[in-house]
Amino acid sequence: MSVDPTTRAAPAPAADEVAVRKAVASTARPPRASAASAALTFGWRGMLKVKHVPEQLLDVTITPVMFVLLFTYLFGGAISGSTGDYLDYILPGVLVMSVLFTTVYSGVALNTDLTRGVVDRFRSLPIWKPAPLVGALLGDSVRYVVAGTVIIVLGVILGYRPDAGVPGAAAALALTVVFAFGLSWCFTTLGLVMRSPNAVMNAGFMAIFPVTFLSNVFVEPETLPSALEAFVDVNPISILATASRGLMEGNAEMSDIGIVLGVAALLTAVFLPLTTRLYRKS
Amino acid sequence: MTTHPNIAIEATGLVKSFGETKAVDGVDLAVRTGSVYGVLGPNGAGKTTTIRMLATLLRPDAGSARVLGHDIVEEADTVRSLVSLTGQLASVDEDLSGRENLVLIGRLLGLKRADAKARATELLDAFGLTEAAGRLVKHYSGGMRRRLDIAASIVVTPQLMFLDEPTTGLDPRSRNQVWDIVRALVEGGTTILLCTQYLDEADQLADGIAVIDHGRVIAEGTPGQLKASVGSGALHVRLLDPEQRPEAERVLARELGSSVHLEPDPAALSVSCADPDRGAEGVAELARAGIRIADFSLGQPSLDEVFLALTGHPAEDQTGDDSLKEEQAA
Repeated sequence: MSVDPTTRAAPAPAADEVAVRKAVASTARPPRASAASAALTFGWRGMLKVKHVPEQLLDVTITPVMFVLLFTYLFGGAISGSTGDYLDYILPGVLVMSVLFTTVYSGVALNTDLTRGVVDRFRSLPIWKPAPLVGALLGDSVRYVVAGTVIIVLGVILGYRPDAGVPGAAAALALTVVFAFGLSWCFTTLGLVMRSPNAVMNAGFMAIFPVTFLSNVFVEPETLPSALEAFVDVNPISILATASRGLMEGNAEMSDIGIVLGVAALLTAVFLPLTTRLYRKS
Repeated sequence: MTTHPNIAIEATGLVKSFGETKAVDGVDLAVRTGSVYGVLGPNGAGKTTTIRMLATLLRPDAGSARVLGHDIVEEADTVRSLVSLTGQLASVDEDLSGRENLVLIGRLLGLKRADAKARATELLDAFGLTEAAGRLVKHYSGGMRRRLDIAASIVVTPQLMFLDEPTTGLDPRSRNQVWDIVRALVEGGTTILLCTQYLDEADQLADGIAVIDHGRVIAEGTPGQLKASVGSGALHVRLLDPEQRPEAERVLARELGSSVHLEPDPAALSVSCADPDRGAEGVAELARAGIRIADFSLGQPSLDEVFLALTGHPAEDQTGDDSLKEEQAA
């Protein structure tokens, strides 16, 4: 049976030449996007990824939940005499730890991005240079909030009652997220110099694990050998944990909060330009 | 805008090394506004490095270039606002949907939210991607991904577009679709710099071609000029019986008076031949000698032959040591 070429079934959708020509002709160049708008657009990109693959939030929630349960019920009695007392001590600390652990994933995500062609497009766009990085971390901040909220809610379920109530808990979470934003610049730098996402993950945790444990998150520093105690006392993560406890109990020292914000600003000031340079070159 | 309003790209002596390897070793280019300029060469010849320098992604070690009248180093931001790049790896975000990709690029280029959405819809429609608009790009076929990639490059119509191997890995139908899109873009006035390792592609699309090998431009001209520079056309013959090839070689050598090239196909041979009448004579002579012919063709040399004639080696990967030796010998 012969087929008249003019009545042949339409092929699967393909580019329509007339429409393509019209699409090519129809745009005028808009004014350049502002730095804030470009960064927020990249933040939106990060949120879309969470929307498409919500399972990725499991990474940031399961580990901290395990830590709370393990430490409270396994060591709580031995360290503080009762699990309830210990929960009061470690919950603000585990909040800090779980959010800071999440920052490593920012470096991993950036490293994964670099293996894809889309980075070339971002780099060839006329936008504020740090926008892809700042935006990605703004998007990641949402994960930090999720990780922190999970810990606080779990604490409340287990019987933790912050004296400063919801506002105190929210303030502690906010301070922790701001510090995490600063710290994650270290890991984005790492993400740009390491060869694979796995390497970033390993190196990142190798760094964050001891630094977090060598703080006052889990134990009172007075129980430590003096050299270790000296380190723990100046560790910014200890100061953050102390500030977080203070905010939850309603007796935070302004100096602690000041130091935490200062360290976050310093980390950003050093590592943001470094990351941006590496990003454009890699 | 520029001292040479008709010149879209003007590059002089571009050099880029990676460690010991000179990826680009003194490339000069001049591309007319509104044309499709093909940069043709095998893998590893330096095409992608050249395009990345011109698109401001890499800074040249030496030499200079002006794109649409702006220096690629001093005025990189201005260049970025006038060009767009479709890289060798599809430059789209696999973890987002097709529509989200286009809205993202639109927003980054400064379109308002509603305008970015409308533009995305228009482009998805024009490129036959409306049905797949909500699907994640990682589930797209190679052809769909390529079309989305090109759509992302024209969210705001660029004056100049870099296309790096736009059809590598595509099936013939998708390849034709991409070619149609490229032709439509050129009709709309966009200048295109096209890198390709497919001679056929350059022949189909490009007005001018630079043949690049080991980081240098070794020949330049229109497809017709390049073919002519090889000297002449050629007679291609395929025999029914490969056993008869030695005899056919003798007959053709005697009749056409030039050396006969034996093809990799054991039944095929070719001989350069400027005059079609002489070529026809040659075929007739084979028939008279009782050599049976499966098919024959007489015509201009293909760009494959151009490449062979220019470089002394066929257009293939240059990643092995052999190519380095050839370079030293040349």
